[in-house]
Amino acid sequence: MAVASQKDFFSGLMFMIVGGGFAWGAVDYEIGQAARMGPGYFPFMLGLLLVALGALVVLGSLRSGPPGGDKIGAFAWRPLVCILGANLVFGALLVGLPSIGLPAFGLIVALFALVIISSMAREGFSFKESMILAAILAAGSYVGFVYLLNLQFPVWPAFLTN
Amino acid sequence: MDLLNNLALGFGVAFTFQNLMYALIGCLFGTLVGVLPGLGPLATIAMLLPITYGLPPVAALIMLAGIYYGAQYGGSTTAILVNLPGESSSVVTVIDGYQMARKGRAGPALAAAGMGSFFAGCVGTLILAAFAAPLTELALEFGPAEYFSLMIVGLIGAVVLASGSLLKALAMIVLGLLLGLVGTDVNSGVARYSFDIPELTDGISFVAIAMGIFGYGEIISNLSQSDENREVFTDKVKGIMPTATDLKRMFPAVLRGTALGSALGILPGGGALLSAFAAYTIEKKTKLKPGEVPFGQGNIRGVAAPEAANNAGAQTSFIPLLTLGIPPNAVMALMVGAMTIHNIQPGPQVMTSNPELFWGLIASMWIGNAMLIILNLPLIGIWIKLLTVPYKWLFPAIVLFCAIGVYSTNNNSFDIWVVALFGLIGYGFIKLGCEPAPLLLGLILGPMMEEYLRRALLISRGDWSVFVTRPISAGLLVVAAILLTIVLLPSVKKKREEAFVED
Repeated sequence: MAVASQKDFFSGLMFMIVGGGFAWGAVDYEIGQAARMGPGYFPFMLGLLLVALGALVVLGSLRSGPPGGDKIGAFAWRPLVCILGANLVFGALLVGLPSIGLPAFGLIVALFALVIISSMAREGFSFKESMILAAILAAGSYVGFVYLLNLQFPVWPAFLTN
Repeated sequence: MDLLNNLALGFGVAFTFQNLMYALIGCLFGTLVGVLPGLGPLATIAMLLPITYGLPPVAALIMLAGIYYGAQYGGSTTAILVNLPGESSSVVTVIDGYQMARKGRAGPALAAAGMGSFFAGCVGTLILAAFAAPLTELALEFGPAEYFSLMIVGLIGAVVLASGSLLKALAMIVLGLLLGLVGTDVNSGVARYSFDIPELTDGISFVAIAMGIFGYGEIISNLSQSDENREVFTDKVKGIMPTATDLKRMFPAVLRGTALGSALGILPGGGALLSAFAAYTIEKKTKLKPGEVPFGQGNIRGVAAPEAANNAGAQTSFIPLLTLGIPPNAVMALMVGAMTIHNIQPGPQVMTSNPELFWGLIASMWIGNAMLIILNLPLIGIWIKLLTVPYKWLFPAIVLFCAIGVYSTNNNSFDIWVVALFGLIGYGFIKLGCEPAPLLLGLILGPMMEEYLRRALLISRGDWSVFVTRPISAGLLVVAAILLTIVLLPSVKKKREEAFVED
């Protein structure tokens, strides 16, 4: 059995799995009847609908697709890991992660980490360039977000301010 | 003369020094981010939402409207100068706009886009003001069954007018509806799909979802493509003003575009894309005047008409949102989210309970349009400079603004984890060829739809026929059915696929 559109095949599969998951989860809540809907009623229906739509997408993907099989292609792991990683490290450094004993380092440290890690997403990463960019952004963010917009952040590491 | 009184009230609210400043800042920021390649209005608004949190509701909405128009105009600038449409509706602007830029006429192209948009914006604002009151009265007659059917029409319309696979778009809506249900059920108090995570009992923050999918997903996808073939016409922008012949030629095109855009913008699904396409097609059908450049080679009408249509549609798409409380497209869905953050539930009651806000917003839309033309024509040089900033410096900054923005939504690091997760999901959607905009629409409408369905069936004692026995509801469902059948007809289906491929 050949798949005519790889993209459609896997997106249909994804819809079926997610829809099935929601419907299965909804069974745990009270479903009730149409006149007195329980919290599970609407998600249960939608979950089944999503499974049905997903199945149709999968069926369609077996029958027809653009020439070349509509391949998903390689994942861009490097940008994926760097961008999301930079975001996660930023969050962890900004407010700290008590569960692993990481103290809050505040905005400035988190910002440098974010800029450096996310810059690695591209070929030709230069540490010096990233540091300069981070310094400019740090100054700008301090003035813009902390001073002008008065957003509430821990700005400096907690062990320095206390 | 209610219209004039109402508009006078609106301008009274909007014309304070502070609100004018917010409109100006909104336009400025909107253009600033919107001009960056690969960031459409959706991503721009999602990113800039947090800066409006601290403001009073009226000021926040005024600023958001400014951001929206700024982002749209910024998108056109990128389309013309870099051949890179920031969003689907400026795809047609690229065709003739970029050719004009290549011939050294980027200035007049940008001016045509600006003036066309401004004119269309003025007309759109008037239509919005005129239609708001009667439609609101109609809306007050709607019961839960009508609202439910109306949402079905809205969702179906959004899918029909969008590009890409119909089935996948429908599935994305349902997925959005389901994600919208995460959190505490208002009726029973049961926390659904929260996996015992306290932050999830309030639902998934829609800002985090929007930023993850539209911000991070797009950045990752942009980074995986090389941008070597990008050509920026920076040194060639000299004269801004179009010549007298240009003006004479673009004026009727702007009129046609505005009329088309205003009509299509009211339709569910927003129609910004459709109206731009339709406007361009109509211009192409008209006869060329002697000495006029053919379409596709830099005809000014090919820039002015779609831009006018686009902006008129953007304006009138506020009508269903403000009168019925139903977002017709993903951008408006974000607006609903923004209003909810400020404790405003969009819908017919806003106009009666909060007239200052309602008319102030409408007046500020016009102000936003005026700001754009004041701001953009003289500042065009600066926006162009921005386009020459290498992407390697831009994207860490964008990632940073997303992260800061999402954190400051609730001053909670939980949203930062959520945004990363949805960044991953968003990239997955791009890889699988699933258009994410319908998901956002479903996300906003999910809880509303459930509530109206529940109420409608409670009143009818579980009888589903209530949706077809009540005339307005039945009419709306018929519209939805007709829309679906039309796009599924083989001949239309083929045309539709062609129309969205042509660029």
